[in-house]
Amino acid sequence: MNWERLGPTFTEALAQTAYMLFWAMLVGGLIGLAIGVGLYVSRSGNLLSNRVVFAVLNVAVNIVRPIPFIIFLFAIGPLTKAVVGTTIGTEAATFAMALMAGFAFSRLVEQNLVSLDPGVIEAARAMGASPLRIILTVLIPEALAPLILGYTFLFIGVLDMSAMAGYIGGGGIGDFAMVYGYQQYDWTVTYIVVGVIIVIVQLAQLLGNYLARKALHR
Amino acid sequence: MTTAAPIVSLRGVSKVFPGRRGGTPVTAVDDVTIDIAEGEIFGVIGYSGAGKSTLVRLINALEIATSGTITVAGAEVTGQGERALRRVRAGIGMIFQQFNLMGSRTVAGNVAYPLRVARVPRAQRAARVAELLEFVGLTDKARAYPNQLSGGQKQRVGIARALATSPRILLADESTSALDPETTQDVLTLLRRVNAELGITIVVITHEMDVVRSICHRIAVMEKGKVVEVGEAYDVFANPRHPATARFVASSLHDVPSPAVLQRLRNRHPGRLVLLRMKSDGAASGYLTRTLREHGIEGTIIYGGISEIAERPFGSLTLEIDGAVDDVEAFVREVVASAGATDLGTASSPSSLPLLGRINGEESA
Repeated sequence: MNWERLGPTFTEALAQTAYMLFWAMLVGGLIGLAIGVGLYVSRSGNLLSNRVVFAVLNVAVNIVRPIPFIIFLFAIGPLTKAVVGTTIGTEAATFAMALMAGFAFSRLVEQNLVSLDPGVIEAARAMGASPLRIILTVLIPEALAPLILGYTFLFIGVLDMSAMAGYIGGGGIGDFAMVYGYQQYDWTVTYIVVGVIIVIVQLAQLLGNYLARKALHR
Repeated sequence: MTTAAPIVSLRGVSKVFPGRRGGTPVTAVDDVTIDIAEGEIFGVIGYSGAGKSTLVRLINALEIATSGTITVAGAEVTGQGERALRRVRAGIGMIFQQFNLMGSRTVAGNVAYPLRVARVPRAQRAARVAELLEFVGLTDKARAYPNQLSGGQKQRVGIARALATSPRILLADESTSALDPETTQDVLTLLRRVNAELGITIVVITHEMDVVRSICHRIAVMEKGKVVEVGEAYDVFANPRHPATARFVASSLHDVPSPAVLQRLRNRHPGRLVLLRMKSDGAASGYLTRTLREHGIEGTIIYGGISEIAERPFGSLTLEIDGAVDDVEAFVREVVASAGATDLGTASSPSSLPLLGRINGEESA
């Protein structure tokens, strides 16, 4: 591998990946938290049980989640154009990633909330806390450790998605590996990128585990 | 019990849960009318599924009654909107079987939570938390997390949290059922202090008769959603009128021999047997000794037990009476007439225990 020639391109690709991961994780995390909490509280017998809201959210999540990301990336083109202004480039790819990440995370959030002890929520209700307060000060803090682990899991999924950004000109290290590694028959480039991705994933998992352990208070 | 207006009053209250997936609706609480006086410890006892948990959740509006009227501290709870109900709930403390502490908060954080909900300023909050932890004896655990505490300590945190906003009523839902006997006594002692020192009315739900026996002033017995018996704890124990009550009493007190026990007693003690009940002033054993001496005979205690209910002595003793036939006869006649004792006869000519509520209940249990 010719570092003189590829170095600046690789750095740029890393920056693009960092950009996509940051925004997709931030926006996707918030969307996922909102939909996941919505699914949980609207479920029958729960805090704000509402059959219609639950059905709408549930169907929406079930429709979006099974779509392979590479198809989703193109399929939401019109929406991407309306929101971002273009269907190509890093921003357009980030938009699609944030949405997909949101829907994926919502199920993880819901699952973690379902396993919460309903007694704690009842205790908060008995103290006169409002539903919104219970969501913000009981539900989420009590489920924080598994939510952090779920979020870490999501990070790896989003990193996976970012490798496909190249198809709409989004760049990133995944695209770099394909263009300068695979298509140039340069195995060294491919394996350097693979190595970098493994390191990123390891670091993310270490951080996630550390934070989850801190949140457990055991 | 008192002439003052009751602090909690239920009038013809029912709660019907809709059946799951078109099943038949379940009536958890069925036309219940009870009054709970300010300052008392009121027990609601019943087997699982009797509706007692639902009943107590109607008082703090965690469940909404299907029909009937509920009044708490002079204000009607039924027919109120959600926002008003939150205020009702904030004014009633509640503790739970599984403690229901927030694992993400420290002990101090848990106790402070209801104060945050009530928008108490930070400085006052800290002072109140310190005061409450002192009251329950957990000052040194303020910064610990619930996971680091024992069951008894967790429940004491639960009690401190329930008392944070100075409620006039405390609801205790099976609050000792997850604790070992020794810790149960600690928690019951604390509840008694809450009642005596702070004047807080406590509604205790339990299936453990021993809890009722040691702290309740009055009790209501529930079966299949209905309150089948209400009264002073002592009276209900001493003279249960409903079979469900009789079963509970029999499960808690073992002073009266069951028919099977009585049969074994007769095998071992072929003489004349007499069952003597304790009087509430505890005078029975002195009376017994005196009367035996007067008749020049001897009595051996072969079964029985004396304990306390609502801080009054309660129980019975079964004796084998030994002596000349005529003296024994005279003695038995006297104790039956003047002390309400029960003559059980001898092994060769037994007379069975009359079908009192307690014995009746034991047989049908």
